[in-house]
Parts: sequence; C-alpha cells; structure tokens
Amino acid sequence: MGLLTNLRDSISRVTDGLFAADEPKRIGIYGPPNAGKTTLANRIARDWTGDAVGPESHIPHETRRARRKEGVEIERNGRTVTIDIVDTPGVTTKVDYKEFLDHDMEKDDAVRRSREATEGVAEAMHWLREDVDGVIYVLDSTTDPFTQVNTMLIGIIESQDLPALILANKTDLPGADVQQIANAFPQHETIPLSALEGDNMDEVYTKIAEYFG
Amino acid sequence: MPGPKANVDAADDDPDDSGDGVRIDMISGARMEGLTSMEKIRLILDGVRDGNIVILEEGLSPDEESKLIEVTMTEISPDDFTGIEIETYPKAEAGDQSFLDKLMGRESTQKLTVIGPANRIETLHKDENLISTLVSRK
Repeated sequence: MGLLTNLRDSISRVTDGLFAADEPKRIGIYGPPNAGKTTLANRIARDWTGDAVGPESHIPHETRRARRKEGVEIERNGRTVTIDIVDTPGVTTKVDYKEFLDHDMEKDDAVRRSREATEGVAEAMHWLREDVDGVIYVLDSTTDPFTQVNTMLIGIIESQDLPALILANKTDLPGADVQQIANAFPQHETIPLSALEGDNMDEVYTKIAEYFG
Repeated sequence: MPGPKANVDAADDDPDDSGDGVRIDMISGARMEGLTSMEKIRLILDGVRDGNIVILEEGLSPDEESKLIEVTMTEISPDDFTGIEIETYPKAEAGDQSFLDKLMGRESTQKLTVIGPANRIETLHKDENLISTLVSRK
C-alpha cells in the first residue's frame, strides 16, 4: 500500500511538473500609487485580449483590489508567451483619508476609500510574497524614484529572486527623466514607455516575452 | 542572563511624560537579535503608534519590511493612525555578499533605519550618505 502511494505521488509530481512548465506565469504589476499601473495593465490586456482590466483615474488608490487578467497571449518573434497579469494597488506605507478630500470627496467616501486602499496594499504585499512569478515595476518618470517604498519593494523583489522588469512610464509628459530611473536601479534594465499613448509598447512586449516567457 | 525583550518597557517609565518633546528609541542590533519577525514588527509599531521615533541599528530583512508594510496597513484607522514613514540608506550593492551567504540565507540587513508616525515625520533629504528628517511635536 505504502509502495503504491509513493509511486502514485512520484508520478503525480512528475506530471504536475510537466504541466507547470506550460502554465501561464503570474506577473504582478507593482509600483507606487499613480505610476500608471492600471493604464499599463489595460493597454496590455486591450492589445492582446480586447478587454480592459480595471478603471483608471488620476486620484490615488483607484485600484484597491488586485485584479487578475488570465491567459494573456503575447506573440513575439514567432512564438507565443502566455501570462496572467495581476494589476495591484499602489504600495505605500501611509494612507490618510484627508488626502482624498482634496479630490472633491465627502468624508464618508474618503474614509471608505482609504480603508479599502489599506486592505489593497496589504493584499498586494501578500501577493508579492506568495503568489507572483515575476514583476513589472512601473514608475512615473516625472517623479523622483529614490523613495523608500521603491527601495524597499525592489529589495523585496530581489530577495525573492523574482525576474523584474522596470518600466519608466509617462514619457509623454514634460519633465520625464528616464535616466534618473535607470540610475536609481542600475542592477535592472529600465524600459521607457507611455502606457497612455502606447509609445514604445513593442519593446515592452519584447522584454515581457524575454523576461517571463 | 535575560534574553531580548519584545518591548522597550525598561525605558517606558511613563510614555506620557514626554510633554511636548519627541521620544526617540534607538534599538540596537543585539536587542533585535533573537526576536521573531512579528515580535520585531510589534516592537516597532507599538513605539510608533505611541508617537515615538524608532531607530534600528541594523534594520529589517526585505521579508520583514514586506510584513511591516502589511501589518501597518491593517492598523491604519481614520483620525488615529495614518501609517508610518520609514527611511533607510539605499541598499548597498550586494556584491560584498558571498554566494555561500546568499545560499545559506545569511543575508546582510545591516542598514540604519528610521521609522516614525507618518503624521509626525517628514523626510527632507535623502541620499547614500545622509537622511535628513523633520520631526514635528504632537
């Protein structure tokens, strides 16, 4: 009986391993609030599946739940790479509902939004530790990348040995400084793009296939 | 010899005794050694939620930083606690860490770390060699 059980477990492990190699990798889109993560997730999803992932907004913490778009097939150089995109809430160490009041929000709505935002950030951290196979780290190239949240998150990603692609977003805006981002994280490749305008997406898809294929 | 404690009671004669001042807890690496991840996080957040500035001689591991963010988020509440401000020197290149150290999980986390309540501490400047912060009174 024990021998049969062991044999069955061994076969199961081998077949699981074979199928795991073909399973789509879960790629988390991470970054600080308002970096353009959902705009990028929507751009990728629309380009390859025709559907969007979630609503975009200039108000911080519009994404308050991790959203997954499964089975996104990206074709590059004659082969297809299949990934699940996980759009995550912007990571921060602080959330104050009063900041939402500046966006013409009533106090009750602002408090609810801040509560949902905190739950979303906690959820995003949990996904990062447990449930993603790779990371696309999105930064706003018009803002200073030398922040503690960026430093910590890149450190956490590196400690998990996850493949990471850094995207310098919002290159369509005046003041965009891609080199500043490249200088902040010289150990990683930095790809410029405008997710909003769709600029340089070809290179982004090539790199996604290269890193996560 | 008593082991490390998960709190700073020895210095906690009267937390309200600080008046208008700002209390700073500088916690040595020796004090943190032997604590579990959650004990370290509790030690930090209990201090910060009391309005103190906590300075860690040797910082936290990336995994502990991740859990610190997660636990902080669960404790934020309107008009009470808005989260933390945390600053460390940018991580040095890992080139000085041997492959064997990485393999054995002996990851060096030694980096001075400053943590305070988000509504009381503001980073003015930060680079590889200097962290300048403005701490406001209660």
